[in-house]
Amino acid sequence: MVAQESHQHAAPQGFIRKWVFSLDHKVIGLQYYFLALTAVFVGMFLSLLMRIHLIWPTAILPLVGEIKPETYLSLVTMHGTIMVFFVLTTAPQGGFGNYFLPIQIGAPDMAFPVLNMLSFWTTFVAYIVMLAAFFVVGGAPLHGWTGYAPMSALQSSGPGEGLGADLWIISIAIFCIASLMGALNFITTTLDMRAKGMSMFRMPLTCWSWFITAILGLLAFGVLLSAGILLLMDRNLGTSFFLPLGTINGQMTGHKGGSPLLWQHLFWFFGHPEVYIAILPGMGVASQILSTFSRKPIFGYKAMVYAMLSIGLLGFMVWGHHMFMSGMSPYSAFAFSIMTMAIGVPSAIKTFNWLGTLHKGRIRFQSPMLFAIGFVSLFVSGGLSGPFLAQPALDIPLHDTAFVPGHFHLIMGVAAIFGIFAATYYWFPKMFGRMMDEKLARIHFFLTLIGTYCVFMPMHYLGLAGQPRRYSQLTELAYLHPLVGLNTFMTYAAIVTVAAQLIFLFNLFWSMFKGQKASDNPWEATTLEWTTATPPPHDNFGGHTPVVHNGPYEYSVPGAPRDYVMQTDPATVAAH
Amino acid sequence: MASFTPTIPAPRPTTSRGNRADLPPVAGGGDGGRPDPDSPDYGARLRRARLGLAVALTPIMMLFVAFTSAYIVRQGLPTFDPHTNTVVHDWIPVPLPTLLFLVNTCVLLLSSITMEYARRQLARQVALEPVQSIPGISLGTESKFPWLALTIILGLCFLGGQWLAWRDLAARGFYVATGPSSSFIYLLTGGHAVHLLGGILALLVAGTAVVLHRPLASRRIVVDVTAWYWHFMALLWIYILALLEFAH
Repeated sequence: MVAQESHQHAAPQGFIRKWVFSLDHKVIGLQYYFLALTAVFVGMFLSLLMRIHLIWPTAILPLVGEIKPETYLSLVTMHGTIMVFFVLTTAPQGGFGNYFLPIQIGAPDMAFPVLNMLSFWTTFVAYIVMLAAFFVVGGAPLHGWTGYAPMSALQSSGPGEGLGADLWIISIAIFCIASLMGALNFITTTLDMRAKGMSMFRMPLTCWSWFITAILGLLAFGVLLSAGILLLMDRNLGTSFFLPLGTINGQMTGHKGGSPLLWQHLFWFFGHPEVYIAILPGMGVASQILSTFSRKPIFGYKAMVYAMLSIGLLGFMVWGHHMFMSGMSPYSAFAFSIMTMAIGVPSAIKTFNWLGTLHKGRIRFQSPMLFAIGFVSLFVSGGLSGPFLAQPALDIPLHDTAFVPGHFHLIMGVAAIFGIFAATYYWFPKMFGRMMDEKLARIHFFLTLIGTYCVFMPMHYLGLAGQPRRYSQLTELAYLHPLVGLNTFMTYAAIVTVAAQLIFLFNLFWSMFKGQKASDNPWEATTLEWTTATPPPHDNFGGHTPVVHNGPYEYSVPGAPRDYVMQTDPATVAAH
Repeated sequence: MASFTPTIPAPRPTTSRGNRADLPPVAGGGDGGRPDPDSPDYGARLRRARLGLAVALTPIMMLFVAFTSAYIVRQGLPTFDPHTNTVVHDWIPVPLPTLLFLVNTCVLLLSSITMEYARRQLARQVALEPVQSIPGISLGTESKFPWLALTIILGLCFLGGQWLAWRDLAARGFYVATGPSSSFIYLLTGGHAVHLLGGILALLVAGTAVVLHRPLASRRIVVDVTAWYWHFMALLWIYILALLEFAH
């Protein structure tokens, strides 16, 4: 590395080293965040097209024209894939985790900065390959984000299943490798780079959530990679891992003996932990913010850690509950069902601890707090339908209806997004040195909370009424006719919700340059990122290494001079 | 370390951009300017690299665990035969080129031993480096045997042997798509070969570091970590061979 001074006017080469191929975890975190920001708007645009098509099936839409049934399926696929991989996996972990994990544990950088840079740019390549699937002959694939065989394993099974599906699988495989590099870095950093005094049980819950998420990613993405390799071989080398004997368009496929269920097992062994990869960082952020803005220590810190650990552990034992429809043995279904409902226990522990943190707190209703409370609300209302679906007897009639999208959008989609929003409003002052506009943030919060509830709550009702999922045409079916009014309402709600995100986008970029200047610790929080300058210097702590004397959530400590004790404050007051 | 740390100790950095906090942070960026915080602490870097490797082996293990589970499941699957209207098993055991595989195994195990010698040789060199820099001190007995180069050659020999094994399978009519059994043979051996190639590349990097006059300590870390990776690859190969031999 050539030693160079960083002046305000950096040479072009300096710009590339500083902002493009940077080794600084803070810049890489921002790169991840902005990648996810573009992805979320692409994904949201696709969902808007779907909602509009559902109520006006003949409408000619911008950029896509007429929506044929296969176009609708490709919208479903790409919306799901982009949202799950490039937003929910990328922003909370790659974005905020990269930026704040080293600072919160008092490290100057990630353990392996070069690997960190490679991880981002590999993700970027995966993103480009994924988007390229829109623009090849046949368009984007139709097989959904779960990529079920045999459809995904045959080139001729649909218009998007040629090159488009190949690009989709290759993109996922590249993304796996990128996530594995990231997870490796997170785990090593957490275990090896903590500052003096920062024991594991003094880490903020955000760090715990990133750490556990990284472990889940480490164990899950390798399995998805293996499934992707087998799928690519089935598609392009003529093997039969997932393809049974069969015909397509009246011709033998030439494959025999494989099992589509094998794909489902491999996919969901990754797929269920992936749900927790998306939501755990949100739990960490919510805990951090609820404690800070209630001016109270988090209720049951260790219980929170153990709850997250057991959610992670149980998350690997429940993949079969996605496959109750597959005709699995009722005994296995029973085991998966019990394990799934067991996840309700640590989830309830977390929920009650959040409520316990709020109870009798001196609550400051600022924008990060609003979104954290919104997270808890969505986590509860989305989570409650989980035990319904965990029972085979209920899942079988509900599985292919709108009930399931309602459930997972509330808990995995919107709750996780609220975690990202809460983190954005909370850490924006530290990242950019300015405050976001509070009034716009409130408008954004209420429109988004009410809007998303109006979109996704009725889905449960639609599902119970029998509306199937993934159908591109609902208005022509007589038995669904009474539901058209509700669907129209949901589409309007979706339009309003999407419009509200433009407020957020404006607030984000406007505040970056014109917002009110932020102090080093605007929220009067205790963790290490608030002890350093705003924005943090290159080595995070300006040449000295912090020494930690206190736990992460020492608020309203009796006898302390202020109502909060920073982690670096001398340990004269905190009773531990 | 000071026992007392002030609450908000860090003054706003004035070196890079004064007090202008109105732009996104540029205080980071690049890796220039920063005194590498851990370069002097060689022991900590070695420990961190070893920890990183141990973590990195987990997904590789998961990859092959997933392949194994697919292997076992696929082996037991029946398929419908339209000619006889019955359910049959289409798993045709492929006669393995066992002798060739055994020779390859010996080459790989031998390379694991030379790898270990290379690792220890470098560790000794690093330990003796401060002594050798004292004028007048000579350690004439220090071995200069090119263990690293020998390991690379043996690794390439193993890959060449695997290539011969694939040629042998193909010559007997077993291609990737011939049957589920042959698909898995190519998949498992190919997957292992790709990972071993990564190890060879890492060793080549360590080898070129000699030419580029990189610090001995950095080279040692690369070789040390690759050595553990290499031993893991040897174990993985024995596992794959056992799976193919005993569960075919």
